[in-house]
Amino acid sequence: MFSFDTIIQQFPVVFEALNVGFIQTLKLFFVTILGALPLGLIISFGSMSKFKPLSGLIKIIVWIVRGSPLMIQLLIIYFFPGLVLGTNIWGNGESGRFFAAAVAFIINYSCYFSEIYRGGIQGVPHGQQEAGQVLGLSKSQIFFKVTLLQMVKRIVPPMSNEIITLVKDTSLARIIALQEVIWAGQAFMKGSQGISGQIWPLFFTAIYYLVFNGILTLLFNALEKKLSYFKA
Amino acid sequence: MAVLEVKSLKKSFGKTQVLKGIDFSLEKGEVLAIIGSSGSGKTTLLRCLNSLEFADNGTITVNGDVIFDAEQKQKFSESELRQKRLHFGLVFQQFNLFPQYTVLQNVTLAPTLLKKGTPEEIKANAVKLIESVGLSEKIDFYPCQLSGGQQQRVAIARALALQPDVLCFDEPTSALDPELTGEVLKVIRSLKDGNSTMIVVTHEIDFAHDVADKILFMADGVIEEFGTPEEVIENPKSERTKAFLSRVN
Ligand SMILES: Nc1ncnc2c1ncn2[C@@H]1O[C@H](COP(=O)(O)OP(=O)(O)OP(=O)(O)O)[C@@H](O)[C@H]1O
Ligand SMILES: [Mg+2]
Repeated sequence: MFSFDTIIQQFPVVFEALNVGFIQTLKLFFVTILGALPLGLIISFGSMSKFKPLSGLIKIIVWIVRGSPLMIQLLIIYFFPGLVLGTNIWGNGESGRFFAAAVAFIINYSCYFSEIYRGGIQGVPHGQQEAGQVLGLSKSQIFFKVTLLQMVKRIVPPMSNEIITLVKDTSLARIIALQEVIWAGQAFMKGSQGISGQIWPLFFTAIYYLVFNGILTLLFNALEKKLSYFKA
Repeated sequence: MAVLEVKSLKKSFGKTQVLKGIDFSLEKGEVLAIIGSSGSGKTTLLRCLNSLEFADNGTITVNGDVIFDAEQKQKFSESELRQKRLHFGLVFQQFNLFPQYTVLQNVTLAPTLLKKGTPEEIKANAVKLIESVGLSEKIDFYPCQLSGGQQQRVAIARALALQPDVLCFDEPTSALDPELTGEVLKVIRSLKDGNSTMIVVTHEIDFAHDVADKILFMADGVIEEFGTPEEVIENPKSERTKAFLSRVN
């Protein structure tokens, strides 16, 4: 039976457990961002390389990673080394699961980010670089003083979409039992801390995603607005 | 002594030879107009002068200093190359202003990064140049807030800020609405009075006739005709020049 009285009564316990779970969600989110933003840039340079074997290989990897479900990638990265080597290379317990999840997310998201970077870099008209060249600027001056900001402006909207998707995608780590917020909510169905058979905590987890994505959306809008003074 | 001397410049892209041996020279303060039909190699020639392309053969000499020699193109380092290309300025058909910078910043960026003076000197010079192209009121505007003609005038001021020996223009008015070409041509005309040495690729035959000291008619990667406007435009000798002129008029 659904009753508000039970919810109010159970709320303090559930809230605390969900907070703990959400910290794990946030950790996975930030670790993924910190890893995938630079790695994505490196991958994008690789995919634009004039050395065809390299750019070809990278394009195939990006195609595989973007073309298959992240959930399957998580399972493969977590379980496959153990099946082959007979030992769990990620370490035991929650920290091992987190490590595996972080690796899977960083690989997956750096491939998405690499395509965004590539679009941003290639989207800056070649004439900008040439204008810098004829003014006698060096390659690094051209990159930092001429093209970088135009690139950033182009990247912000698709990047913010992808990052908001990442917030929600962290829930996929549930599949390897990472104790993030969905896992924490689900625990009250099976039974935890004297509460069982309750689905409302799971529903309630959506609020965490909504609030966090709301904050991110505001930040990205502010950034877009800050860059709106010029057209590129 | 000639400011600019170009000798047997050749350039191919893959199998197509675009420049088939270009020779000419230019005296200080002279204005050279390059005319010719589409695909004849005019842009390629300007790009070779500005080191955006490297010719396969030939030399380019500015004020007696060899700034390009196809025989030894490997020998210039990146920073030497940057020094050499400063002999030339280039104004693009599409302006290519830096969109994130104001008019003033567009003009001061390169001199500042290249340390061509104190910040005060650089700014004072830029303000003067912006005034000379008639844009003092727009000095703090961004390129997206300017008309095409105004943007092109900023591009001219930006190129002038580095005081190139030879300022090149690649069809500076052909991306503009007809009513805006006048203001840009007026600025170029005023530079001639200021004794700048210039090369202008243009389809504006009347403008070329009035402003240029020399006309170079290019066809198919060669100089078909070279001389004063009276010689080339009023009394062309070559059949191809005649055909071209009758087509554009
Ligand atoms: N980077 C390049 N790669 C291959 N071919 C090129 C390249 N740049 C120019 N060409 C070719 O060289 C020829 C001359 O081009 P160029 O742009 O110099 O002509 P143009 O006289 O400036 O013509 P237009 O009046 O149309 O501007 C053309 O056939 C063009 O297709
Ligand atoms: Mg051209």
